[in-house]
Amino acid sequence: MYRSHVLVCGGTGCTSSGSPQIIERLKDEIEKQGLTDEVAVIQTGCHGLCALGPIMIVYPDASFYSMVKVEDIPEIVSEHLLKGRVVTRLLYDETVTSAGVKALIDTDFYKKQHRVALRNCGVINPEVIDEYIGTGGYEALGKVLTEMTPDDVIQILLDSGLRGRGGGGFPTGLKWKLAKQNDADQKYVCCNADEGDPGAFMDRSVLEGDPHVVLEAMAIAGYAIGANQGYIYVRAEYPIAVERLKIAIEQAREYNLLGKDIFGTGFDFDIDLRLGAGAFVCGEETALMTSIEGKRGEPRPRPPFPAQKGLFGKPTILNNVETYANIPQIILNGADWFASMGTEKSKGTKVFALGGKIHNTGLVEIPMGTTLREVIEEIGGGIPNGKKFKAAQTGGPSGGCIPAEHFDIPIDYDNLISIGSMMGSGGLIVMDEDDCMVDIAKFFLEFTVEESCGKCTPCRVGTRRMLEILTKITKGQATMEDLDKLEELCYYIKENSLCGLGQTAPNPVLSTLRYFRDEYEAHIKEKRCPAGVCKALLSYVIDRDKCRGCTLCARNCPAGAIIGSVKNPHIIDTNKCVKCGACMEKCKFGAISKK
Amino acid sequence: MKTLAELKAIREKMQNQVGLRAEDHNHTRVVVGMATCGIAAGARPVLTKLSQEIQERGLTEKVAVTQTGCIGLCQYEPIVEVMVPGEPKVTYIRMNEEKAVEVVNRHLVGGHVVDEYTLGATDMK
Repeated sequence: MYRSHVLVCGGTGCTSSGSPQIIERLKDEIEKQGLTDEVAVIQTGCHGLCALGPIMIVYPDASFYSMVKVEDIPEIVSEHLLKGRVVTRLLYDETVTSAGVKALIDTDFYKKQHRVALRNCGVINPEVIDEYIGTGGYEALGKVLTEMTPDDVIQILLDSGLRGRGGGGFPTGLKWKLAKQNDADQKYVCCNADEGDPGAFMDRSVLEGDPHVVLEAMAIAGYAIGANQGYIYVRAEYPIAVERLKIAIEQAREYNLLGKDIFGTGFDFDIDLRLGAGAFVCGEETALMTSIEGKRGEPRPRPPFPAQKGLFGKPTILNNVETYANIPQIILNGADWFASMGTEKSKGTKVFALGGKIHNTGLVEIPMGTTLREVIEEIGGGIPNGKKFKAAQTGGPSGGCIPAEHFDIPIDYDNLISIGSMMGSGGLIVMDEDDCMVDIAKFFLEFTVEESCGKCTPCRVGTRRMLEILTKITKGQATMEDLDKLEELCYYIKENSLCGLGQTAPNPVLSTLRYFRDEYEAHIKEKRCPAGVCKALLSYVIDRDKCRGCTLCARNCPAGAIIGSVKNPHIIDTNKCVKCGACMEKCKFGAISKK
Repeated sequence: MKTLAELKAIREKMQNQVGLRAEDHNHTRVVVGMATCGIAAGARPVLTKLSQEIQERGLTEKVAVTQTGCIGLCQYEPIVEVMVPGEPKVTYIRMNEEKAVEVVNRHLVGGHVVDEYTLGATDMK
């Protein structure tokens, strides 16, 4: 029995900022102080505040230490763990108020969050199955196997209104129902853990923080549709997630929660891992299954849908990690509980990975219907440096942007689609006035061009042509005809591509065109980048009246493009200038500007 | 594992340990003075005993055992304060392991303050 638990985040974010060293030092110091039998050190999954890692929470008083350094550990151990004096100066500053230390759940970042899928992330040790069981784990599986029929399970999912969290938003219960209806000697349950959108890491965090929830939900799915084999397709770039999944599967097998005759009910179910090599297209369902079969990861036309002919030609269901993470809770708490959260057509919560120009970079789980304003200004802590919000990008390379005029729109599947974006898997990138929307569209197109598998022409050739036009625009070489051609290409590619990758690839361009056409036109007609991002359209100039001739800019210019003598105004040679902006940063008199 | 009963047994065993990590405003707080004076007077065994009792009895979802520094009454250490939401704070003094168990039994479980161990019961000068 330990009187205190010290939780240290072992997610990818905190691991890379040094949490393994923190754990090692903690254990040393605790031993040195003779507290080994009193204080437990537990490695957990992600707490969400990745920007402030490594993160450490001391229970039972729930003191939240952020940006912990190895050198701070002796003090925390001798002061807090031994003597009970919280080291206030090292706490997360949002929890420290003039009235004393405030609970983490009362901070702006956590106050509006509602954790269902992430319920155990940052709370339990993901490598110990007993901890998962201690929070009610595998009870839903027990309930399903002993008290419910497969139809009951499907009905409860239908009633809950759960929709796929991978992006498409297809009703999960319906997907299972279709797969159950198809008779076959063998069926499969697959988990899509091939999270590939730039900036999205929700699924990784669930796998790292609570891997058993996915195993449990897949076994429930197996029972519901009549499958005895599951596959988790996870990308090899997630080494911590892969490792924890391996441990979890092994432990579940040891407890016979996977394997033959689970809970003595005669139900068999097992799960194997398949590692993906990181191709974005393998997140598309048919490509993913082709890859599991050991073939080159390319999509195939639908129908037949996976529920009819999926993996190895057998009826298959494929759900995303976050979708699965909701299911055991729905079984235990009921469909009404789940349906009580969210909006009319989008129930429950959604996890978002906040990134870009935002104060609290990290992972948040909010009820559907929360407005973008609440997410960005309250939970996310607003935009740094007093800059103005321009747009938020959701759905990664398949999605679009939400401009400031829709700041108060409640976030759900249908609202996002109606304004030309999409939920996607949950990446949310915030952009401010310094971001060029043409450049953003170009960034996503570069990604899709790189990731297009090449099987169908509209996607393979079309996206490349789009990128070429976008590049011309950012260089100021495009004409208005090019812009028309770009738009035409967008619609053509959307209609004619084989799979989701191509069908959605033009979205970043279409949505930026819809809301920021003026920026495109400024690039084309005025040869000007309003945000000052596109280098080819920029020039740096020195204001003669403000320049004191201190020579600092000239000494810092990597290209030797600044000419001038001491105490005389300097000039930038635009032919030599590489537009790196170093001079502007260094100038103490604000004499250099870009235009 | 073959049965649901076995799963339940593991859950019950682990629940109280994981329950220690709950964050709740309605927690009863049991605070042990752990400054130098407290430690010298024997506060650590009291703290561990309290924590152990709370966990063994499955009270972690209602009661949090934490530490604090010196409250200035060094001669009365080990001091344990019990703060039940909505009730006045009770200060127990000169605690030891046996008294700690009694406080858990009578106060935290039974709901009756153990008057004879409180600060009020001594003749403070």
